[in-house]
Formats: sequence, C-alpha cells, structure tokens
Amino acid sequence: MSAPYAKLPGWADYGLIPVINLLVAFLVAGLVVMLVGENPLRAAGILVEGAFGRGQSIAYTLYYATSFIFTGLAVAVAFHCGLFNIGGEGQAYIAGVGVAVVCLTLDGVFPWWINFPLAILGAGAVGAFWAFIPGILQAKRGSHIVITTIMFNFIAASVMVYLLVDVIKPAGSMAPQTRTFLEGAQLPKLNWVIEMLGLPIRSSPFNITFLLALVCAWLVWLLIWRTRLGYEIRTQGHSPKAARYAGIGEARIIVITMIISGALAGMMALNPIMGDQHRVQLDFVTGAGFVGIAVALMGRSHPVGIIPAAILFGALYQGGAELSFEIPTISRDMIVIIQGLVILFAGALEHMFRPQIQTIFATLRPRSSGVEAPSGEGA
Amino acid sequence: MAEAAIELVGINKSFGAVHANRDIDLKVHRGTIHGIIGENGAGKSTLMSILYGFYQADSGSISVNGKPTTIDTPNDAIAAGIGMVHQHFMLVENFTVLENVILGAEGEPLLNTSIAKARSELQRLERDYGLEVDPDAVIEQLPVGLQQRVEILKALYRGADILILDEPTGVLTPAEADHLFRILAQLKDEGKTVVLITHKLREIMAITDAVSVMRQGEMVATRKTSETTVEELAELMVGRRVLLRVEKGDANPGDVKLAVRNLTVRDSRGVTMVDNVSFDVRAGEIVGIAGVAGNGQSELIESISGIRRALSGEVTLDGSPIDVTGTADPGELRERGMAHVPEDRHHVGLVLQFEENENSILGYHDKPQYLSGPLLNRDAIVADAKDKIEKYDIRPGNPMLKTANFSGGNQQKIVLAREMDADPGVLIVGQPTRGVDVGAIEFIHKRLIDMRDQGKAVLLISVELDEIRSLSDRILVMFDGRIVGERGPDATEGELGLLMAGVESKEAAE
Repeated sequence: MSAPYAKLPGWADYGLIPVINLLVAFLVAGLVVMLVGENPLRAAGILVEGAFGRGQSIAYTLYYATSFIFTGLAVAVAFHCGLFNIGGEGQAYIAGVGVAVVCLTLDGVFPWWINFPLAILGAGAVGAFWAFIPGILQAKRGSHIVITTIMFNFIAASVMVYLLVDVIKPAGSMAPQTRTFLEGAQLPKLNWVIEMLGLPIRSSPFNITFLLALVCAWLVWLLIWRTRLGYEIRTQGHSPKAARYAGIGEARIIVITMIISGALAGMMALNPIMGDQHRVQLDFVTGAGFVGIAVALMGRSHPVGIIPAAILFGALYQGGAELSFEIPTISRDMIVIIQGLVILFAGALEHMFRPQIQTIFATLRPRSSGVEAPSGEGA
Repeated sequence: MAEAAIELVGINKSFGAVHANRDIDLKVHRGTIHGIIGENGAGKSTLMSILYGFYQADSGSISVNGKPTTIDTPNDAIAAGIGMVHQHFMLVENFTVLENVILGAEGEPLLNTSIAKARSELQRLERDYGLEVDPDAVIEQLPVGLQQRVEILKALYRGADILILDEPTGVLTPAEADHLFRILAQLKDEGKTVVLITHKLREIMAITDAVSVMRQGEMVATRKTSETTVEELAELMVGRRVLLRVEKGDANPGDVKLAVRNLTVRDSRGVTMVDNVSFDVRAGEIVGIAGVAGNGQSELIESISGIRRALSGEVTLDGSPIDVTGTADPGELRERGMAHVPEDRHHVGLVLQFEENENSILGYHDKPQYLSGPLLNRDAIVADAKDKIEKYDIRPGNPMLKTANFSGGNQQKIVLAREMDADPGVLIVGQPTRGVDVGAIEFIHKRLIDMRDQGKAVLLISVELDEIRSLSDRILVMFDGRIVGERGPDATEGELGLLMAGVESKEAAE
C-alpha cells in the first residue's frame, strides 16, 4: 500500500509490461523444456527460426495471424461493451456454411473478386446470426452470455458434423468435407509480398484475407473510437448505469455489439476455406476462436495491440509446429503448454508485475505525473 | 491541560508526486474532542490512515500517551489503544451485533466463551456511555445510527482510549447526530479522547474543544473552538473568503412545469420506496426535498427522469404526460427539456474512464451538432467541451484528460455544465455538492440560483439540510417513501429534523 506509486507512461503500459510478461512466460516455458531434458535455448532458437527464419515460415506465421486477428477483434468488440464472447470458435465454424453456400453455387459462375465480397457477406451474416441468438437471450432474458456462447460452440460443432457428413458431402466421397472449389472461389496468395523482400517461398497458404483482416482492424478502431455507436458501446461497457442514464437502450446495444462481434469471428472462416484448403473441412477453425480471447487480452482490446498479438500467436503456432518436428521429445502438447503460459502471463496475470514496475518508475522519476493511490473519498 | 494523547511530529507522506501530507504536526490532548476539518483532498483521511496503520509515513514520528510508538498495521494501532470508526461501516451485514463486536477478537476456536464475555462487556459499555444496542439484533435490520453505534462499541471493546471518527454524521438524521454527539461528550467525560474528521463547520463548533484545519496536505492552523468562528475556519480551509450563505432574491414562480401525482415506486426487491407522492414544481422556483438518505428520494428522481420504472402514478412535463410506468426513456425526456444531475456522478453521471470531452456529451451524443453521419464530430465536441470548461471554470482545463483525474468538485462541474448548458426547462439535481470542496459548493449554488432566476423549474434533492434550506423556495420532507410535510425556506432546522425522523407535523408543532 505504501510503495511509491506513479502513473506509467504509455510506452511502458503498452510496450514494456507485455514484453516483460512475455519474457517470463518464455522463462517458465524454458523450465518445462529443461524438465523433458532438452536445451531450452536450442528450442527457443528453433521456435523463432521456425516462425520467422525463412520466407516460407513468415508466410505461415502471417496466415495463422490472419485468423487470429479476426477472432481477436471479435472478442475485443464485445469486451468494449462489457460482454465476454467466448463463442468465436463456434461463430467462425458455423460461418463456414455461409462461405460454402457462396462458393459451391458461384465458383463456376463468377471470378474470385466477385465471389470474395459475397463470401464475406455470407461468412459475416452466418457468424453474426450465431452470435445474435446469445445476444438477444442476454438482452431480453438475462441468460449469461458466457454460458450461452460456450453452449453455442458445441451446437455449432454438432451442426457442422451433421452438415458435412450428411448434407454437403459429395455423393460417394469418404471424407466429411465439401468438394474442392473451382478457381472462382480460390483467393490469390500474397506470397509475392514476402518474395519482394528477397525471401523465396515455395508454397504457402498466406492469402489476401490478411488484407481484409487489416481493413477490419481499421474499421473496428473507427467504430469503437470515432462513431456514435462505438461511443454507446463503450459507455455501456464501462458503466451500464451511465448508459441507462444517457438513454442508451441496453438491449439494443448488446444485440448490435454481438452481431458485429459474430460477423468478425465469422470472417475468420474465409482464411482457411477460400484462402488455403478450397473446401470446407471438419474442424477447420482449429482453436482460433479461443486463441482470439488471448489475443484480445494481450492486445488490450485495441486493434493496434491485437495485430502484433495475433502475429505472436501465429508465430507460436508455426514455430511450435517446426519445434515438435525438429525435437520429437517436445510434442505438440508441449507447444500447447507454451501457448498456455503465454496466455497465463500475458492475459490472466497481466498485472502481476505492474506494482513493481510502477515502484521502479516512481523511484526513478519522482516528478512524473503521479496520482494519489486509491484511498477513501475525501483523503 | 493534561498530556497529549496523540502527538504527531513532522509527518510526511507522498503518493508519487502528490505530497498528501507535508510536515504535519498535531497534538491532541487527552480527554478532549479534537476536530480536523479540511476540503476533500486536503489530506485528512491520509493523516488518519497513517495514525491507524493503513499507511506508513515517509518520515515523522508518532507518540501515543507520551510514548513514541511505531504503527505499521491497524493491529499496532489497536494495541496502542486507538480505535477507528470509518465513514463506510465495516460490519458484516448478516451477523448479529455480538458477532460483529467479537469479529477479529474471537480468541478461541469455540465462540461461546468469547460471546459470553462480549455480552457482559457490552452491558458495561452500555451502562457507562449510554450506548444501548440489542446485542442479538442482526446488523442489516438496524437503522444506520445504531449500526454506527456498533462500530463505536467494536472500538471500545478492543480497549480503545482514542477514538477516530471519519465523517460520522454523513448518514445520520439531525436527531441521530445529536445523539451521537451526546455519546461522544460522555466518552470525553469518561476520559476518552475523540478525533472527529468532518467537513461540516457546524459540527466542529457544536462539539469540539479544539480544531485543526488542513489545506492541500498542510496543517494550516489549530484553534481552540471557543476562540474561533465559522467564518474564520471556512477561510482557513479554502484559503480565501467564502460566502457561506447563498445570496438570492425572492422567487417568481410561474406555470407548473413538472407535476407528480400519486407516484409509487418499488425497488427490485418489491419494497415500496416511493409511496403515493404528489407535488408540483413551477418555473422559477427551487423545490427542495429533504430527508435522510434511503427514504425514497433516489427512487423518486430516478423514476421521474425515466431511469427507473414506477409502479403507478402520473407525471407530466410541461402539461404532457411522461409514461413513467412504461416506456419513459431518459433520452426522450432530455429532448423534451428535462435535464438531470444524478446523485451518483461516479457511476451514473459520468464514465470515469472517458476523456472529459466524451463526458461532456453523455446523453446528448445524439444531437446533430456533435455528429457527422455515423461518426462523432470530434472537433465540434472538443470545441464545445472547451467552451463549457471556460464557462464553468472546470480545472484543469484540458478536455482530453481522463475524467477520473479530475477532482470531485470538477467532476461535478462537468456534469452540471453538460446539463445546464442544454438549457432545460426542468432541472433535477441530486446531491449537487456531495464530496465537493467548499469553493466549488459556492459556485454550484450560485449556478442553481441563476437557473431559477432564468425561469427554470429546479427539483433539488440533498441530504445536506443546510443546502436544502439555503437554496429552496419550498421544502418537502420525505420520510419512508412519503412526503410528510411542506415548509417554507424559513423553516427551522429542528422542525425539519423532526419531520425527517418521521415525527408527524402536529407533534412537531408542539
């Protein structure tokens, strides 16, 4: 209580603290690596090399990051309204139906640049619908959004299994997936961007959905901090009572926020389906919806934080795959442990080192913009 | 005079760059009641928190009864015989009085012996100090005045010789406050020492033997109460001359702007909070609603302003009805010319995480001048906020600053600026000066009188009886959800106090 206390400058708040949290996460992960008898420095080297070492690996990292940007933004928008949308996984998964409908019907009719906007609408609409139901249940019936969105993840998974096995699987096929799309539903790659930097790429799934993700990040910033709707969302998120006082309809704002959140999560489906696999497969989301929660936490629900956080988790996905390939004793599950540690330290324990850092800052710069420590009214 | 019960020498305490206590010396003589006054943020609570062991001083020394004492934790303070009664009670609501008293001093794993000991000890304290409370009553069923008594008993039970009370009368009726003062006087007669922190000058004059004034972290003066005046203390607190009584001319009431008929409101538990209330507010008058906190005033203004559904009744604004039992919406009422300064500016009137300019449009963010299409017109909003900062002397004058970084008085000015600048026909104001320093109180009172003189209808709710009496043209007293009387501005405090305590007007007249 009595330690010196100072308000941190922005760069420390948004830069230093995440970096320290990250270092601690890797330190603990290093201990785990030592525990299985491997050299943690070598493992770290392989991880970084695997994520950024070659053009190929950078492309894969950014491909994963693309998905995480969408789901991270989805979680962030809901956070700003005080809602915890855990359903990004299910919203993205079910949105595959929206993509499939557009692609399977029109891939032979239109070129990709007409089908892509249509598929964006399809994915967004289906994802939005899947978030709308928990949203309206929260707004009108008070059903807790955390519970309902989790349940909707399971419902989405079951529905997708049913659809892929019984409805949209081509007759005679043994695999629970749609037919491969024609060229009209295959998105152009962005490999040339990385090759321009002099890093050759054989093949990668990195595609123009990445650009859509960046546009969405900008739109989310615009929405939250520059529009009337965003103002209302933030008011509701910070203080529902103030929102009521200001005449902002709680039910309306919750439903609208969930629709936007679901649409963003839904657009994640475009990346693997149209950008990479060119078909809808079982489990194509592979946890991106949940990683989005960590990305939003780490990125402080701000697009400028979410993009680097998404790239970090993309690197962990990609570098982790290389790591388990190079050092077989470090299995896929070990990578999940490392990711878990990053989420733990960067997300859940975000403020663990804050008091110490504030003390250091207060001691170093006693004239910095200090504020009084929280005491009672009328100190 | 006897030796000092407490002697603080050269106490310094900083929070970052804020020097909350600067070279404080304080001597409290044994067996006296010593008042400490100062504006919000003057450092009173910090000083007392140091004395009670919540904070440690950066430098300086503490002596208790002449002995140098180190107080690092509240337990050290209790061991030194210091007890504290907090502004917000620290009681377990669903425990009995006895259970609360022994909390933290249970002694053994089984409670029966300590309960029995506490029971006989409570009887002794009751005998000695007139502190009667039913030891088996459950806290949440006791009125606030009795809950406070339990806090005092807790301190005495732990052997406190020195009792610190932090703003003890904020939640009490005048009668309850008088009773508290009698208890404190009795404690003094028994040789206990009392330190009373307050911002109410009247209480200082009524009960203390000596008074110390703090301003901006410094101890600016200590006076014997008998040798000082209210005016001098106010000037010492603020650092300049203060007008304590608001200057105002006679009211010129016009047409009825706001009419309330048979309004009944229940809270979420189904308890009737507002019971069949009717009154009018006319243009050009201030109608004050007096009452102890929790007697339905909050629910009344919440329902009139569209925040809370009423159960039944009719409210009309400028002659046309407000659907208070159905779809009344604060946004719609604002458009119809009703502005509302809510009681709780921290959670309702402001979003503390917002920048100042964002709060200056809260509730008015639909107005076309703040928008360009779906986007907010930031330039217009900031320019507008700067304009209000100028007009209402909001400090610091930076519309980009986070609202939480403004002082209580300036936060309140942000709300007032927003609501008054909308040029409403009816202004509803709840606790306009709660947690606001003396200088800002003067300013806010003047503005409210200005609104009245411009022909606005003002409905004022306050638990500060002085505020109600000095501002209102008519005073309604609310007790237990009902309006139990109407008085003119010349009503005496005693008369209003009896009404506030629920004593019906006929008895009051006798």
